[in-house]
Amino acid sequence: MKIAIASGKGGTGKTTLSTNLIALFSETETVVLSDLDVEEPNSGLFIKGELVKEEIKYKMIPEWKEDTCTLCGECQKNCNFHAVIQLGPQILVFPELCHSCYACSELCPTSSLPMISQRMGTLNHYENGNISFIESRLDIGQEQAVPLIAQTNDYIDETFDKNIVKIFDAPPGTSCPVIEATKDVDFVILITEPTPFGLHDLKLAVETMKKLRKDFGVVINRYGIGNNDVIDYCENDNIPILAKIPNSRKVAELYSMGKLIYTELPEVKQELQKIRNYILNLKINN
Amino acid sequence: MKIAFTAKGTEWESEMDPRFGRTEFILVYDDEKDEFTSFDNREIENEAHGAGPKTSQKLFEMGPEVLITGNGPGGNAATVLEKAGIEIYIGAGQMSVKEAYEAYKNKNLKGV
Repeated sequence: MKIAIASGKGGTGKTTLSTNLIALFSETETVVLSDLDVEEPNSGLFIKGELVKEEIKYKMIPEWKEDTCTLCGECQKNCNFHAVIQLGPQILVFPELCHSCYACSELCPTSSLPMISQRMGTLNHYENGNISFIESRLDIGQEQAVPLIAQTNDYIDETFDKNIVKIFDAPPGTSCPVIEATKDVDFVILITEPTPFGLHDLKLAVETMKKLRKDFGVVINRYGIGNNDVIDYCENDNIPILAKIPNSRKVAELYSMGKLIYTELPEVKQELQKIRNYILNLKINN
Repeated sequence: MKIAFTAKGTEWESEMDPRFGRTEFILVYDDEKDEFTSFDNREIENEAHGAGPKTSQKLFEMGPEVLITGNGPGGNAATVLEKAGIEIYIGAGQMSVKEAYEAYKNKNLKGV
């Protein structure tokens, strides 16, 4: 059972919800939390554990072999990302643009672009009681989150039972990393705040999830600020609102100290329990 | 000598395009023949990635010795242009092509 926590807008509470929800789940069952915001993972500020596994992750990039190349130009014609460029008598490869699709390499008539591995980041697996926490982190200078997110998802599929509840703290926005982080999950929780900005980006996130044909629901964070437009929008579009987490200065204080929130604020715990029950119902119906 | 401009049109009076990879046109002026050749680069709008290298490659095919542009190429494009041995001058993004050419001739543009 895979649940992604995503948002259009950044800073609406993805990590707060992911870490608190996983802790609440762990009171009664074993669960998996995965931070897929590999460009800036931060769930680990709130969920600690014993490091049980560390893997270095690689992606595959073509390397030009000058001695066998006939400069036929097939490679640059086949590259959709302009990562392979022919410049007179030489072929230039741009690793940051390469999507590791192998087209240039496989279609090269003289096999002059063999794929070689290039380090892109790390995956860390921590254990803490009922929580398995998987955090992947891109190396500084790496631009592509998608391959590392994909490999993190593979690791989770290989390592954990299918039926365990897994929560994925997704990257913000609506671009490729979000697609990769949400495409294989059973349900997406879109967390937003009840402000014009929140609504604007929520609409983008909703459109994205509709395109992906995902089941999704909305959690309103900082409920009590702003206006009613998010609620009106969800009601008009028949989008379920799973919970409304009340706005409180105390939440910010606890977050700033790296602490979980629901254990100290019963009004937050009550809302998280609604989300937990919703997920458990989905699981039964699956 | 051939001098390339990133521009929003194909004439002396056209505005310069401050962008390199996503420039609307590449305009090449041959000062020996006193003539322009141009390339309509507007399809680049549809490319999500790699605009810099793609435009650089087109520029390379047009064979100029000098490029005059606005903001300057990004990292990937700069790598291609360096390999191609094209001299780059920046800071002409708010000028017309004619003004940019004169500024270059008067050595008022910054080299990269």
